[in-house]
Amino acid sequence: MMTAGLLRLDGVGVQLGGREILRDVSFTIRPGEFTGLIGPNGAGKTTLLRIILGLQPVTRGSVLIDGAPRPPRDASIGYVPQKLAIEPDMPLRVRDVVSLGIDGHKFGIRLPSRARRELVADMLAAVGAQRYADARVGELSGGEQQRVMIAHALISRPRLLLLDEPLANLDISSEQGIVSVLARLARAEGIAVLLSAHDMNPLMPVMDRIVYVAAGRVAVGRTDEVVQPEVLSRLYGQHVDVIRVHGRVLVVAAPEGVDAAEAVAEDASAVR
Amino acid sequence: MSHLLRYIFEPGFFGSGPVHVALAVGTVIAITSAVVGVFTVTRGQSFAGHSLADIATTGGSGAFLIGINQFWGYLAFGAGAAAFMEMIGVQRRRGRDVATGVVLGAALGLAALFLYLGTQSSTTTGASFTILFGSMFVITSSTVPVLIVSALLALATVVVLARVLLLSSLSPEIAAARGVPVRAVGAAYLMALAVSVALSAVIIGAVLSTALLIGPAATALRVAKGPVRAMAVAAGIGVAATWLGIVLAYDSFYWPPAGRGWPVSFFVVTLIVGGYLVTYLRRRDRREAQPEMPPEALEEEQVCSPA
Repeated sequence: MMTAGLLRLDGVGVQLGGREILRDVSFTIRPGEFTGLIGPNGAGKTTLLRIILGLQPVTRGSVLIDGAPRPPRDASIGYVPQKLAIEPDMPLRVRDVVSLGIDGHKFGIRLPSRARRELVADMLAAVGAQRYADARVGELSGGEQQRVMIAHALISRPRLLLLDEPLANLDISSEQGIVSVLARLARAEGIAVLLSAHDMNPLMPVMDRIVYVAAGRVAVGRTDEVVQPEVLSRLYGQHVDVIRVHGRVLVVAAPEGVDAAEAVAEDASAVR
Repeated sequence: MSHLLRYIFEPGFFGSGPVHVALAVGTVIAITSAVVGVFTVTRGQSFAGHSLADIATTGGSGAFLIGINQFWGYLAFGAGAAAFMEMIGVQRRRGRDVATGVVLGAALGLAALFLYLGTQSSTTTGASFTILFGSMFVITSSTVPVLIVSALLALATVVVLARVLLLSSLSPEIAAARGVPVRAVGAAYLMALAVSVALSAVIIGAVLSTALLIGPAATALRVAKGPVRAMAVAAGIGVAATWLGIVLAYDSFYWPPAGRGWPVSFFVVTLIVGGYLVTYLRRRDRREAQPEMPPEALEEEQVCSPA
């Protein structure tokens, strides 16, 4: 567990406006791992991703990349934010967006080159977005935009890819399409993926590990270790049931009257 | 042919000093405004551009009152307003709406006072008109180098920032995560915007200056998909409207009421709006005539839905 991972959070705590958002968050992500960052809306998933990106300072604890503090401009992390509100008149074609993934953070002008065009075309093919390479990005559907943003994030060859709710508001086939693209690229390129979602089910076939966030704390481990009623009840601080039906998992709160303290007191050795 | 040319270009057009100045300065300013405008529209800051124009009006009329060149008034007030907007944070939409509404009213009220006092104390009755609606034929030759250098500086600023501006427009979060100083870039851009508003104010007037900024850019964004092409098309439209406006204004000296030319800004703005309407109608036609998506886009994983 304590081997030097690609990314390591150690006792991270965050307070925003006097309110504690996250407390004692520790986990490690190793190269090539597919990790689901799962939890209800408002649990602190986005805050956690922002911490890893260096956009949100921590109140306590440390974030280490390759065992060292994160440098201010770290090309080893790619990022796909929550659904972007892109206007249709944004003058960016899909290939322009992916191209900005290479050097959009740089000043000055660049001249077009053949090598660059080919790199962009290859990346679009890898995420299955070549069909709409010349469309305006603001005119695409949510699932198409996600593919483009994944290509944008991956073209700079990061070793860790963070995605914030990439499956939110997608229809089921787009959802499956995105998950399989990510799983394939993670395996083929050895990229570690940390993906946040409020529903873990679409990720079940591909997820190596889970970081479950609730009430500002996390439970970390293999999916079958973490998604247990005792573990999640302790995390939520109230009794929850884990229901498995047709290979799907539902986490539901107990009705009023069930003694939370009893549930919390149960064995929670998988929580760390 | 030569007869036709003589019909279009009234006698003396190519020999007129003020026309030369207007063409030269108009070209540089039209290009700068159009290119800056592409980013203004992309970043959703058209309203900020218009606010800067209103406040520049106050600056221009203040400069007239104390007897200095109006460009300095436009520039000082525009830049000051840009700095203020940056300080209060133009990103907070609601606060921004209320604050700008109040501030703009006050700014135009001050402009009215300055113009009133200015025209009372001097006999230049055309000054109010020049400040509000511009006049390219009265640009004094001593200000030409200043105008051209300012335009080139604003243009250079947005060209150098082009990629980071596009990335920040796409997602400020991604830009920040990749080490872009998003706020500083936004501030630098707002300054370039203030400068180009001041420049447009010189040629088509403070009140109309956003037309030259937003119009060509908005039209270009309807017809050109990529960023470089959009900037080129916008610049082309801006220059064409400016040149045609100058030609027509010069010709209009012989139109009724004879002996008084019509204002350049009227022609420039009308041409820009006309161009926008043409693309608007054309685009609607095309959308109605064609299916929204080619059929092959719907096969495979069904990830496409009509845009």
